[in-house]
Amino acid sequence: MAEALEAVGTEAPAAVFEPRSRLAEGVRAYGLIAAMWLRSTMAYRASFVMTAFGNFAATAFDFVAIMLMFSHVDVLGGYTLPEIALLYGAAGTAFGLADLVMGSMDRLGRRVRDGTLDTLLVRPVPVIAQVAADRFALRRLGRITQGALVLGYALVTLDIEWTVARVLMVPLMLLSGAAIFGAVFVAGAAFQFFAQDASEVQNSFTYGGNTLLQYPPTVFATDLVRGVTFVVPLAFVNWLPALYVLGRDYPLDLPDWVAFLPPVVAALCWVVAGLAWRAGLRAYRSTGS
Amino acid sequence: MRLYAVVAAGGFRRYATYRIATVAGIFTNTVFGFIMAYTYVALWDERPHLGGYDMSQALTYVWLGQALLMTCAMMGGGFEDELMERIRTGDVAVDLYRPIDLQLWWLAGDLGRASFHLLGRGIVPMLLGAMAFDLALPTSPGIWPAFLVSVGLGVVVSFAIRYLVALSAFWLMDGAGAAQIAFLAGMFFSGLLLPLNLFPGLLGEVARALPWSALLQVPADVFLGKRTGWGLVRAYGFQAGWALALLMVGRLMQSAATRRVVVQGG
Repeated sequence: MAEALEAVGTEAPAAVFEPRSRLAEGVRAYGLIAAMWLRSTMAYRASFVMTAFGNFAATAFDFVAIMLMFSHVDVLGGYTLPEIALLYGAAGTAFGLADLVMGSMDRLGRRVRDGTLDTLLVRPVPVIAQVAADRFALRRLGRITQGALVLGYALVTLDIEWTVARVLMVPLMLLSGAAIFGAVFVAGAAFQFFAQDASEVQNSFTYGGNTLLQYPPTVFATDLVRGVTFVVPLAFVNWLPALYVLGRDYPLDLPDWVAFLPPVVAALCWVVAGLAWRAGLRAYRSTGS
Repeated sequence: MRLYAVVAAGGFRRYATYRIATVAGIFTNTVFGFIMAYTYVALWDERPHLGGYDMSQALTYVWLGQALLMTCAMMGGGFEDELMERIRTGDVAVDLYRPIDLQLWWLAGDLGRASFHLLGRGIVPMLLGAMAFDLALPTSPGIWPAFLVSVGLGVVVSFAIRYLVALSAFWLMDGAGAAQIAFLAGMFFSGLLLPLNLFPGLLGEVARALPWSALLQVPADVFLGKRTGWGLVRAYGFQAGWALALLMVGRLMQSAATRRVVVQGG
């Protein structure tokens, strides 16, 4: 693992030392590291196909569970199966994208514990890019595929009066949603600088948030809906934009234009996550071993 | 026998070391418990008495699922990664020389792990769930020990399945594929996502007959008072039957694998 990363370091030192913006540098480093993991994954193609399928199937089972629920009922929380499929598909695809790009962030606690984070700190590459690209797993395409299929099913089945705003809302929702989940991954990793073996707390917000958003907000207690709207703004991943597409009211009394806020909310989340990350990195003390 | 008790105690202590991780795990189980509980409320609002459960029984089922998730290792986790790694690296050869029974050794450690998780990650989410929702806790005191026996049998079935998964590494070298299949089956067929009583038709019959139903569905039904008298005996018989059958297969695989072991020189 460490040797492999070193290989990237020796491959591109000249380029890395050129003056360029931190962001461009980070993106470039991310690309190099991800490409290296990609090559290593593709060395075992059969294994890749199997794990990608497993990733697909693992996420598909929770939609199967929802379909089994609908073998007993026609509506859940006042929503039909295609409507829930829209919420499910949007959340699943957005989460899948974030998981593909940033999903490795939850390994940070382990690196803090065993001290291997030190190796990343001495490299002239933004730490966040190294952590996020660590063990880049293309098999996570399985999750995105599953989410996209359910979303496709919903869009085909639902009888929506399409307007320009509604059409645009779909890609806007997926990209902003992925960005919001990505910020949650970063904030969760920042938290692990302080609580080293608490990666499960992060899972509650990422995987848990994804599960929550798969169901309509009417299912949950109003306080919980308020919490994920105003405190951890996951509602902007899919609930608010998707309910706009469906022409349904949000259980909290919010004006219509709120549905267009996801990009703004995503940007704010990244500011907060970035500050948290910086605070975490500054507070980091090596294990000393 | 004393040796295995020591191993079990070691398994318990090993997991008891991770205090922050346990608290974090309790948090996760509680969050998922809340999310699932609300979806079940929506479902049972539409169809009261679905699957023979009333609302509070359905909610109890949710929290039992969260309480037993780690205990019965429904989604895997525990010794199997370690054993697979020992098989892959060849360290298992050293284990085979030891004057111990390999299967019993790992079983003892796993029972210790399960007891810790039952106490560490089972009780608190259950209590939090009981505070937020109206749960159907057992009224007759005899149900508690009956439930614990059923959980114990569930843990052994879970162990036996994961032991087979780990041993597959003797043939496959990389046990990741087998572990993934076991993870999927464990998540779906234990009834973690949805009680197996709600699975329709043939799928339901098959799901209830598979060993994974011993991990959650059967203990939950014992807890909810659905299995008493002869029903309880049959439930135990089902769990013990699967446990024995799978442990036996594990033994056969183990002896077949032992004959295959080639210790790399050096």
